[in-house]
Amino acid sequence: MLNKEIYQADQDTAWCPGCGNLPLRNVLADVLAELELSPTDVAMFTGIGQAAKMVHYIKVNGLNGLHGRALPPALGMRIANHKLKVIVESGDGDTYGEGGNHLLHNIRRNPDIAHFVHNNQIYGLTKGQASPTTEEGTTTTVQPNGITAKPFNPIKFAVAMEASFVARGFVGNQEQLKELMKEALNHRGYALIDILQPCVSFNKLNTYQWYSKRVYQLDEQYDPTDYQAALQKAEEWGDNIPTGVIYRNERPIFRDKFPQLDDNTPLVEKEINPKELSELVDEFK
Amino acid sequence: MKLNLVVGGAAGQGLKTLNYILSKTFFRKGFSIYSSKDYMSRVRGGHNFMSIRIGDEEITGPTTEEDILLALNEETIELHQDKLVDDSTILYDGELEDRRSVNLSASEIAKEIGNSKVASTVFIGGVLKILGLDLAETKEVLDEYFEDEEIKEINYKALEAGYQEVETDYQLPSVSKTDNQILIDGNQAVGLGAVMAGVQFYSAYPMTPSTGVMNYIANQENKLGIVVEQAEDEIAAINMAIGASYSGVRAMTGTSGGGFALMNEGLGLAGVAETPLVIAEVQRPGPATGLPTRTEQSDLSFVINSSQGEFPLVVLAPKDAQDAFHQTFRAFNLAEKYQLPVIILSDQFLADSKKNITEFDLDSLTIKRSIMSDEEAEKIEDYKRYQLTEDGISPLAYPGQLEDEVVVFDSDEHDQEGHITEDADTRVKMVDKRAKKIEKLIDEDLAEPEYIGPEKIDYLLVGWGSTYGPLLEAREKLAQDDCQVGVLSFSDVWPLPTAKLEEKAENIELIVVENNSTGQFSKLIRSETGIKASEKILKYDGRPFTGFELYNAIKEEVMF
Repeated sequence: MLNKEIYQADQDTAWCPGCGNLPLRNVLADVLAELELSPTDVAMFTGIGQAAKMVHYIKVNGLNGLHGRALPPALGMRIANHKLKVIVESGDGDTYGEGGNHLLHNIRRNPDIAHFVHNNQIYGLTKGQASPTTEEGTTTTVQPNGITAKPFNPIKFAVAMEASFVARGFVGNQEQLKELMKEALNHRGYALIDILQPCVSFNKLNTYQWYSKRVYQLDEQYDPTDYQAALQKAEEWGDNIPTGVIYRNERPIFRDKFPQLDDNTPLVEKEINPKELSELVDEFK
Repeated sequence: MKLNLVVGGAAGQGLKTLNYILSKTFFRKGFSIYSSKDYMSRVRGGHNFMSIRIGDEEITGPTTEEDILLALNEETIELHQDKLVDDSTILYDGELEDRRSVNLSASEIAKEIGNSKVASTVFIGGVLKILGLDLAETKEVLDEYFEDEEIKEINYKALEAGYQEVETDYQLPSVSKTDNQILIDGNQAVGLGAVMAGVQFYSAYPMTPSTGVMNYIANQENKLGIVVEQAEDEIAAINMAIGASYSGVRAMTGTSGGGFALMNEGLGLAGVAETPLVIAEVQRPGPATGLPTRTEQSDLSFVINSSQGEFPLVVLAPKDAQDAFHQTFRAFNLAEKYQLPVIILSDQFLADSKKNITEFDLDSLTIKRSIMSDEEAEKIEDYKRYQLTEDGISPLAYPGQLEDEVVVFDSDEHDQEGHITEDADTRVKMVDKRAKKIEKLIDEDLAEPEYIGPEKIDYLLVGWGSTYGPLLEAREKLAQDDCQVGVLSFSDVWPLPTAKLEEKAENIELIVVENNSTGQFSKLIRSETGIKASEKILKYDGRPFTGFELYNAIKEEVMF
């Protein structure tokens, strides 16, 4: 196990005191240390939002890109270099709102990416507007008559799309969250963990207490490879919210589908010499 | 000698195959060739035509006058009446009351041979006979084009039958085969330039007329270990390419105006995060969906001003297929040297026109990587992705390359380590750092426009990008009338090189020629140099200029 301090996960942040991002960062540093992944072995891709600032608060390679666009550059790296562990870290707005189209298509592609979604059911950075997962009817500064849309159920969506790994975690249960993150990082394929966490400044409904009263851990009897059972579990929300691996399947990862990619040498280590490509010019003769 | 052969019909009637086989035949025989497409945005029906201009000297652009019209349907004859001349020949499958018509019952012959699909090959035989050419090269081309032996046989028969059926009129001058020529279109040249420059990742969303670039590169992917990914949208396309570039490989995306509009945010990301990126923007008329299969040069102002905020970028507008290859190759070296986005601003006219050009000299090509070497990487301590340097260029490493160091890339304003900052002083330093790179580029790498013409001239014609070929033809025609005209044609359009323009424009009337309605390049010249064009020749009907049209416009509008 590596020394957790190498990730510098104890430095100051712009997050509010009590923010769910803080314990999440702590768990992430534990996970990286336990998996013996050094900062240079990992590349983290984020979008925009409070969660997306993770790149700046934990020492790993990182690309802090555009709002909703964390998945596409991560996919670019997945092609270029298969040796690094790729993590996408982003919020509920970033992933399910602005980035919805990329989520859909990357579940189809199944790239080897662990995606940790900080789901606090509100837009924190822009001060409290609805996110795709905020409860219907909630009033906010821009929705004074209440939110008119049904909340997005990321678990049900991902299971229905047969994503290869779908889990729910809760920052109030750090031991379980740590195990889920480790499993996601070791999973070959796209692994989505929807992580429930409070926004202490703007979400007055979904607090630590609210979540703590409702979440329960899936027991060992539950079989995450059973698609029908997973669909049923995905429906559960309200008084009882299941946490743990809800669905898992084994299928080829994105990179495996490119016969032209060499399994040993990443693209970035290959050299091209134009002088050896004269046959390409001959095709136009 | 120059002769224009036009093949017209509905989409789905096999025009593409006809064009390919005829063009390749003429090319293999040693003729100079320029072929262009005029097609509608539909899969079946409508009216499409392909022009194949051949001659015994270099041809740089299309013409509207039609010497031979191969009409695959009656509508073609109606639509092309005004482009036919007294000694034109119309090749048609049917009875026509026109003394210029030659009847070739291609469908009947094809049926007799046993496959109605080979009617177009019957026509090819007919065309070759009309021109007084033999069939040797065509057989060779058919042999390469079809894989199945039976299909090959039936096509040879169709070719012979068509050849026997018509009488010959023309006698083309004899030309000799040259072995240093290739026949290539603008999109293929961009794709080949990218492949030669070492592109390893190309992501795009299909959009006419840029799709040909993606098709070309995808065609090479298994052979060369390149990955082409069809993105879910243009936003994903550019962001994927940025992720691949961050990972250390040469990456590219391509699109047309509307797709480029979607890519704008990503372009700014490449700019602020100083990521090498090459983007092919193959223009079509806009705004919004515009004319999807037609041509225009109306994205210039948009492209050079693209994305919010201020950051350096480079825009290169290739003149022809030869230039498209070299500019694309160069774009990759520039993007990496200066760590910025480079846009290849092409257009449908260039993209879809095939021309014979001198084979590329591969020995002259050098891939200049600007990412640090592994030896340099080993020595790095305390790596700063955005280190402040004299020339604004920071050492570039990729994730995983450094032993104990990380590479942090940021869309926010950032400090030297790549971390978010709102510090006023750092902001100014970073803006200045990015701007310095373009100063260096202007000093070291910016290319002045090409000048063609005599030393002493009466008028200076100024163009950019694909108007080059038609401008050359117009200049030659004007010279034949003893009118001394020079052409100044720009490939580097942003930043705008000004030295040669200032020298040539002194005491001379400047005529700017552009495929748009507002004279965007003329405005750019004026804002960058203060030089005002005395005349503008603008075309924005979705069709390219022809040399003859430019010649007429200059004679009538400029000289009176």
